[in-house]
Amino acid sequence: MKSQPSDRVVLVVLFVLMILTTAASIRFGAMDFSAHDMLTSVSGTLSGATDLTLDQRIFIRLRVPRALLCLLVGACLGVGGTLMQALFRNPIVEPGLVGTSSGAAFGAALFYVFGAMLKINFGEWTLPLAACGGGVISTYLVFALAQTKREGRSSIMLLLLTGLAINALCMSGIGFLSYIARDPQARSIIYWNLGTLSGANWRSVAIVGVATIAGTLMSLSYAKPLNALMIGDNEALALGINVGRLKWIVLTINVLMVAVATAFTGVISFVGLIVPHILRIIRGPDNRFLILGSALLGGTLLSLADLIARVAFRPAELPIGIVTSVVGVPVFLTLLRQRRYMF
Amino acid sequence: MLTAINLVYKAGGRALVDGVSATFEPGQFHLIVGPNGAGKSTLVKLLARLLQPHAGSVVYEAADAKRWNERELARRRATLSQAIDVAFPIPVRELVMMGRYPHFRGRPGPLDEAVCDDVMGYADVAELAERDYATLSGGEQQRVNFARVLAQIWKPLEDSRRYLFLDEPLTFLDIRHQIDFMKKVREFASQPDVVAVGVVHDLNLAIRFADRLILLHQGRILADGNAAHVLTAGNLSRAFDVNPAFITNQADGRVYISYD
Repeated sequence: MKSQPSDRVVLVVLFVLMILTTAASIRFGAMDFSAHDMLTSVSGTLSGATDLTLDQRIFIRLRVPRALLCLLVGACLGVGGTLMQALFRNPIVEPGLVGTSSGAAFGAALFYVFGAMLKINFGEWTLPLAACGGGVISTYLVFALAQTKREGRSSIMLLLLTGLAINALCMSGIGFLSYIARDPQARSIIYWNLGTLSGANWRSVAIVGVATIAGTLMSLSYAKPLNALMIGDNEALALGINVGRLKWIVLTINVLMVAVATAFTGVISFVGLIVPHILRIIRGPDNRFLILGSALLGGTLLSLADLIARVAFRPAELPIGIVTSVVGVPVFLTLLRQRRYMF
Repeated sequence: MLTAINLVYKAGGRALVDGVSATFEPGQFHLIVGPNGAGKSTLVKLLARLLQPHAGSVVYEAADAKRWNERELARRRATLSQAIDVAFPIPVRELVMMGRYPHFRGRPGPLDEAVCDDVMGYADVAELAERDYATLSGGEQQRVNFARVLAQIWKPLEDSRRYLFLDEPLTFLDIRHQIDFMKKVREFASQPDVVAVGVVHDLNLAIRFADRLILLHQGRILADGNAAHVLTAGNLSRAFDVNPAFITNQADGRVYISYD
């Protein structure tokens, strides 16, 4: 292998890129903010000033949380992708594979169609809760069904196929709900399935922020066992790693991060898939590096995608999931042609 | 010493290992031979504690062996299996360093780096250090894995012996590398604190390198001891259903087996 830059150098570069992208992301959009407006808005809010202009309030209440949420959700999806690829020993896996995203989407669709009839609801929290719940339930359903009696451990192939089946079931459920839904509800379901960051506010930033930081730190502490998993379950076992327990823990971290992120933004594909790929090409397969790197690069790429979504046809806005797919698919196909992976 | 007491392991309603008892001495190279399906690999996995027996037990000789967790066991016991695929492109040295995982937390220390250098020299893969594992030949890959496994148990321990298990390690090696490999394992196994148990198919290699042979047949031990005692015409015809002929090489006096 050719000589490669050190972990630290790459991580610092990624960090700088993330800061630059975020700066651009808060500056530009449906409308561009001047440096003066941005500074006044931040300092005014911090000092509790009440004389902010409408633009300045929009900046601090909508634009900044949106940019931050984007960063955090991208980080969650990137780390989730790294975890799933390490767990399944397969480079074409993404977090949605074990049912997390489609379950969340089904939960959201249920909310859109039946939410109004609920006796108990949690106001603006009902949708995120329904989506998060759907993601968690479908993921654990996949794992429970894929649990084999004989070995006591899930075999990877069984998991992938069970995930496929549950995904299909969720998708047909969403199709059915869209079919019986009235027009505005059906449109909401479609929008949600394409991903949207327009609902961002400071509370969603706080919640996804906790999930991102906690999830990334926990993932880092399992980086070494995940590395060992590269050479197979049995070999990892021989290296003293409790493979069964490792799988449950890593899966739980992934569900925590991806279900929470998806709950606030809808389904965003391809970020979790291509981010670990790009990093592996730059620096190799060490999960200690990949986890931190995919948090940074995931946030950066999703911020870029969101910037494109807001600027490309402004003042109109594209669903972000369309941008990530349109940009992600060619990148992914190029990567596949350059590197030979085992599938 | 390593003791197996009345081991039973079942799969699909059939006993793959059916009441095996044996002791394995340090400083000796034990080889398990037998026909396909005799339970050789299963027995090795049971001995290495990678599988839990349905009955019987495996006893490692150490005061606190029962309390070892997976990690403590992995500092004392290493297993080499056949044909290991790695999911992602990885430099050879990083793969060998995995053998040190049970020994360090966080980043590898100077001792881990030194052991890596030693084992890569010993297994003759030092010049492959920066190569991508996936681009190596099958034989090179197996030598890299040998280095990784040795890294796990390279240094003697104060509180216990070291245990090396080899599950059909010769699969992808050509004849010269098979002999090189067996010489190195035998040399490593001759250390007074190393218990080494392997599975091979080639009976002539087994005769040449084993200090003790164990012939398995249908999950049970058919014979246990030196080659002359174990590989008799009667045992071979019963276990393998072949008619062997024993040929003595005039040059070195070694006995070889040929078949009808």
